[in-house]
Amino acid sequence: MTDLNPHDGHGSQQAKLGHSPVADVPHVLRVTDTDPKAARRAERQVASMFVLSMVLVVAFVVAYWTIDKSTNVYIPVFGEVGLMTIVLGLTSGLSILLIGAGAIQWAKKLMPDVEVVQMSHELVSPEDATAEAAANYERGKEESGFARFKIIRRSLIGAMALFPIPLVFLLRDLWSSPVSGTLTPDEILSKTIWKKGERIVVDATYQPIKPEDLPVGGLVSAVPASMNEVQEAEGNLNARGKAAIILIRMDPSEIVSQQGDGWDYQGILAYSKICTHVGCPIALYEQRTHHLLCPCHQSTFDLANSGNVVFGPAARNMPQLPIGVDSEGYLVAMDDFNQPIGPSFWERG
Amino acid sequence: MSTTSPVEKKGAAVATYADQRLGSNKFLARNLGKVFPDHWSFMLGEIALYSFIVVLLTGVYLTLFFKPSMVEVVYNGSYVPLKGIQMSEAYASTLDISFDVRGGLLIRQMHHWAALIFLASMTVHMFRVFFTGAFRKPREFNWIIGVVLVTMGLLAGFSGYSLPDDLLSGTGLQIARGIVQAIPVIGTWAAFLLFGGEFPGNDFISRLYSIHILLIPGLILALVTLHLIMVFTQKHTQFPGPGRTNENVVGYPLMPVYMAKAGGFFFIVFGVISLVGGLISINPIWIFGPYTPDQVSAGSQPDWYIGFLDGALRLMPNWETSLAGFTLSWNILIPALILPGILFTALGAYPFIEAWVTGDKSEHHLLERPRNAPTRTALGTMSISFYLLLLVGGGNDIIAIAFDLSINSITWFLRIALFVIPPIVFVFTRRICLGLQRRDQAKLLHGYESGRVLRLPHGEFIEVHEPLSVKELAVITSKKDIAPLPAPEKTDIDGVKNKKFKSHSRRAKLSRFFYGENVPLPSLAEIEAGQAHVAHDASLEAPLAAYEDADEIRTFHGGVLHHPGMPETNTEQAGQNAEH
Repeated sequence: MTDLNPHDGHGSQQAKLGHSPVADVPHVLRVTDTDPKAARRAERQVASMFVLSMVLVVAFVVAYWTIDKSTNVYIPVFGEVGLMTIVLGLTSGLSILLIGAGAIQWAKKLMPDVEVVQMSHELVSPEDATAEAAANYERGKEESGFARFKIIRRSLIGAMALFPIPLVFLLRDLWSSPVSGTLTPDEILSKTIWKKGERIVVDATYQPIKPEDLPVGGLVSAVPASMNEVQEAEGNLNARGKAAIILIRMDPSEIVSQQGDGWDYQGILAYSKICTHVGCPIALYEQRTHHLLCPCHQSTFDLANSGNVVFGPAARNMPQLPIGVDSEGYLVAMDDFNQPIGPSFWERG
Repeated sequence: MSTTSPVEKKGAAVATYADQRLGSNKFLARNLGKVFPDHWSFMLGEIALYSFIVVLLTGVYLTLFFKPSMVEVVYNGSYVPLKGIQMSEAYASTLDISFDVRGGLLIRQMHHWAALIFLASMTVHMFRVFFTGAFRKPREFNWIIGVVLVTMGLLAGFSGYSLPDDLLSGTGLQIARGIVQAIPVIGTWAAFLLFGGEFPGNDFISRLYSIHILLIPGLILALVTLHLIMVFTQKHTQFPGPGRTNENVVGYPLMPVYMAKAGGFFFIVFGVISLVGGLISINPIWIFGPYTPDQVSAGSQPDWYIGFLDGALRLMPNWETSLAGFTLSWNILIPALILPGILFTALGAYPFIEAWVTGDKSEHHLLERPRNAPTRTALGTMSISFYLLLLVGGGNDIIAIAFDLSINSITWFLRIALFVIPPIVFVFTRRICLGLQRRDQAKLLHGYESGRVLRLPHGEFIEVHEPLSVKELAVITSKKDIAPLPAPEKTDIDGVKNKKFKSHSRRAKLSRFFYGENVPLPSLAEIEAGQAHVAHDASLEAPLAAYEDADEIRTFHGGVLHHPGMPETNTEQAGQNAEH
């Protein structure tokens, strides 16, 4: 191999074959080039597309004023749809489309269709320009003394490295701890509003639940009874995002294990509803296998067996909430979760 | 000129007026006649550009009505099923746009469709650039800009999708927060700062809003401008063809043909998006309901462009390590951060990697046919198959339901397929490319098979070959025969040790891998011999063509040719013999 850069040459042979002039390909005249009648016809086609486009704009305006925005129509395949959206879309869409179709028809039928050859100018700058640029750079370097003043150069680099730091600091107050600024994120993530004696209520109706309300095989999505007040006070859904649980009931003999001794109540188990993978709420429960399936990434938990992961990307058990009943016989939490619920985080350990 | 029309005079006056203030005539003189090559695949980038313009226009309209606020309000608009329900202002104002602003739903759906088309056309445009080698020198920077644009497009899409604060988009954000939270050391804090505390908090929609309508579109706009300026100054690449060389551009001038075609095409894209936006419902947020962190609907699917990331999350095994009281969630880090990081870095670096492997330092303005770079083409299809498998993974629940399959087996199949199928695709593609190269070689040597079989007087059958068209000849011979880099010597002639021996021999090996099996073009002498052969075939066929029903013969394809007037079958021949 003597040819160090094989890319430079096409062999001249190929050049001869491959780069025959454009003239080698016979140019076929279009009908519109030879027949004036056809040319007139094309002219009329283009103009009528533009005219139709204008008509459609008028149709759009009429539709805007006349169609009631709540009118629905049934269209096969599309189903029940809003008439106004369809008509406005059709009229404006077609009016715009026709401008484009007209312009392209014009270009294809009536503008010259002979290809032209244009030589590329060289991308690389001529040598004198390169030399001048290099000279300017050298002069700048020399006159500024950037190379000579070592201490200036180094301190400048230091200053440039440090100056974005205030910008980073300014981001710190994107969040500040609500409770007198003392709680760190991981502490906040580790607590929910469940506490001993907190009643468990149905998430939509806030009905407290008695054990006999829940049949074997049944499932209820539930929240703490104080959820509404907390939500009102905090003005957001944060507490709900952590405290949501599901209650399920199975035959006590089917419970293989749970996360704490006697954390169930007569076969009623309470598990967090928030997936330990990336935090989707879970409610797909198969009562025969006691499996709970996350609809987002299909992590599957075995609720009869401590909420163990049996499939999917989640790495941690579904946290279990210890429950019991209060003096009036309603289900209550016996404590908060004994571990942070939801997705893992660095400080979680 | 005495025949100058008033319009032309006016045009000249405007040009002069502008020139005296902007010096624009120099630019116009050079560029109004600028030639652009024609090919359907060059329109893919145009679609991306035009759909982005539609996204901007419709997006500005939406900002007039949308309220990026998480303040809880009670809905009282005209969509009856949600009346009286508590929801964020963001969701309520999206409902208002959909039901109470006339044409609001049209614009919302156009915005969403245009965004999907923007991402799809960018992706396919990128495929075109990759498979034709258009990213090679001098266009490497523009390729990187393109990769950044795709990334920005993904962020723009996801941030917009999340703004309406409906149940589906909120679930997407919850996942995003789970991913941020998994970042080692800073993740928990990053998530808290981003969301203003816990999820969902009160701040995120308004923060996301400024990112979605200012930061990302500003960056995209700047990068698109740069992208186009570079296309303009470097000139557009062209496909090989008669008269097309590395030093010229063959095509139509900007004024008037390209102006009309490209301008017209903008209106076509705009029009089609309006039609689709009017006719096909997308993201019907009123069905999902307002966001609440304890609800989710089954079959939750992100928009298609996020699908591959969601698929990666679904397929990843549940690895997590606890180390000295800290948690590393590999099950999230690998699919959601490391994998896309590697994918996009490799994508951006590819032009430089290929140039290093091939040692190619020349400028390329003529596109390479995918078959002539089998290894590159195979790497491309391999990556696409990997991407598609992840995308399929993103829909594993839908597939399980649609085909009544076990979701566990689909997931396991995909986990294995991710490592098995792409290499198979690589090998197949490479073999197909090399096969096509051999086919090209055969065409050059023998012309192409006409399908007409000729029986010669002495009984031999031949198939008549025909010469290639000028166009095909130009296309096939555009191939450059490139020898792989030579293996380096351990020492040079003077016996001095080659310090870079290891890296150079690795590079030579890769180069052999890249080019080694390419089928060289035949020499001119061989091609000429082939053409002589084709001419000989034609001369043999000539007497046939001279018959009076020659037209019939020429249009006869396949089968056996008989001399006209001669018996067609044995029976016929026997009859004729009997007559004599």
